[in-house]
Amino acid sequence: MTEEQKSTWRTKVGLAEMLKGGVIMDVTDAEQAKIAEDAGAVAVMALERVPADIRREGGVARMADPLKILEIMSAVSIPVMAKVRIGHFVEAQVLEALGVDYIDESEVLTPADEEHHIDKHKFNVPFVCGCRDLGEALRRIGEGAAMIRTKGEAGTGNIVEAVRHMRTVMSEIRKIQSMREDELMAEAKRLGAPYELVVEVHRTGKLPVPNFSAGGIATPADAALMMQLGAEAVFVGSGIFKSENPAKRAKAIVDAVTHYDKPEIIAELSKGLGRAMDGIDVRQLEERELLSVRGW
Amino acid sequence: MLMSNSLHNVVIGVLGLQGDFEKHVEMLRRIDGVAPLIARTPEEVRVCDGLIIPGGESTTVGKLMVRYGVDEAIKSRVREGMPIFGTCTGMILLAREIEGSEQYRLGLMDITVRRNAFGRQIDSFETDLQIPAICDSRPLRAVFIRAPIVSEVRGSAEVLSRLADGRIVMVRQGPHLAAAFHPELTDDTRIHEYFVNVVRRFTPTALNTK
Repeated sequence: MTEEQKSTWRTKVGLAEMLKGGVIMDVTDAEQAKIAEDAGAVAVMALERVPADIRREGGVARMADPLKILEIMSAVSIPVMAKVRIGHFVEAQVLEALGVDYIDESEVLTPADEEHHIDKHKFNVPFVCGCRDLGEALRRIGEGAAMIRTKGEAGTGNIVEAVRHMRTVMSEIRKIQSMREDELMAEAKRLGAPYELVVEVHRTGKLPVPNFSAGGIATPADAALMMQLGAEAVFVGSGIFKSENPAKRAKAIVDAVTHYDKPEIIAELSKGLGRAMDGIDVRQLEERELLSVRGW
Repeated sequence: MLMSNSLHNVVIGVLGLQGDFEKHVEMLRRIDGVAPLIARTPEEVRVCDGLIIPGGESTTVGKLMVRYGVDEAIKSRVREGMPIFGTCTGMILLAREIEGSEQYRLGLMDITVRRNAFGRQIDSFETDLQIPAICDSRPLRAVFIRAPIVSEVRGSAEVLSRLADGRIVMVRQGPHLAAAFHPELTDDTRIHEYFVNVVRRFTPTALNTK
């Protein structure tokens, strides 16, 4: 009678549903994880280096040391996510063995496979993947991603790419919604996306899984901007712990995501946060320095 | 002429500070005579006849409630008789005791809860649940995500459902209802309908002003 099933599609997407309206913060140790939790983060991303440091130091960026991840998992009661390199399914197997709550197959780390992403259906742990447009989002969902985040350009403190990617996804969704049914196959071909998922977007007017925003959020207003553009939650990477007052900024960004449509509240909580992280003009970056172009 | 309560809308708020509140709103839209409202401010809470506290992160929702005075608005409406239905995080926030935690809670039900009682996300599951008081003999598909359980029930709080192993996953006390799982993640509206009926019973104004 009681047919119990673990790790179903519903439990995977369900956790993403629970994170909506929240802020997921990059942390590199237990102390930062506690600061994030105390500020009201809905989850933390356990990392060895935040994207701004990965960008500065260069070299190959890999999955974090399991000791580091376990230290962070034992420090907080909220969900803990961790990143693997694109296509590195053994790093993903390791994270599943550690018991992390969500795996981010992330362009912030150096890709392990330039052709294939991980077959995420094979795993019990749910995955989040980045995208720059709707086709990329639907390809990742086709592979089993239970949450999508637009990529932005991580580690820059510059919101411009996050805005570009979210606007692209949302306008492509609106376009599909307004199409005739007999136009959907050609659109699936154009997007390079699974036909069934294009049909679902046409029917529902939204992505089949929650749609979050990442890459470049540095202020409460940045976070609220992404929410007003259609993000259902935000990831903040370097923006918190590379700023002058991480605890205060983290709390302000949490509040701004909840009250993203109330400018008077955002005005109040944006006061006196100290210096934001130093930003990078994305137009000054060389093509090879861009992270968002990793993966397809 | 007034025929019955069901002809009149009740305002069911869904606390929209953080979590899967949209899923609850979708459920409520499928029930006749309900005006769903996403409530984020004390003013919005004050116009609700009943309130659902959705799934989310309990530490996050607790903090956001206190920062903007939403907790006091909820407590004051509860003193006037407003029923609350909490799912998962909502159940944690309704409990008087949370094992091993000092985090904020409304403390409106005489229960003790244990957070993440089944383990981490990899232990999240769904199962068929018997809830005799609400669902007759047809089981409800219940989705448990990093779910809590009720480890102790006191006073007038009563158990509505247990897992096969005996662990308590749904309770009621007076007008309040709490579930460790997420009925809003399925297509089954029976629990929401039940709560709407509770709200109709506890809402003195439903007949004449709504």
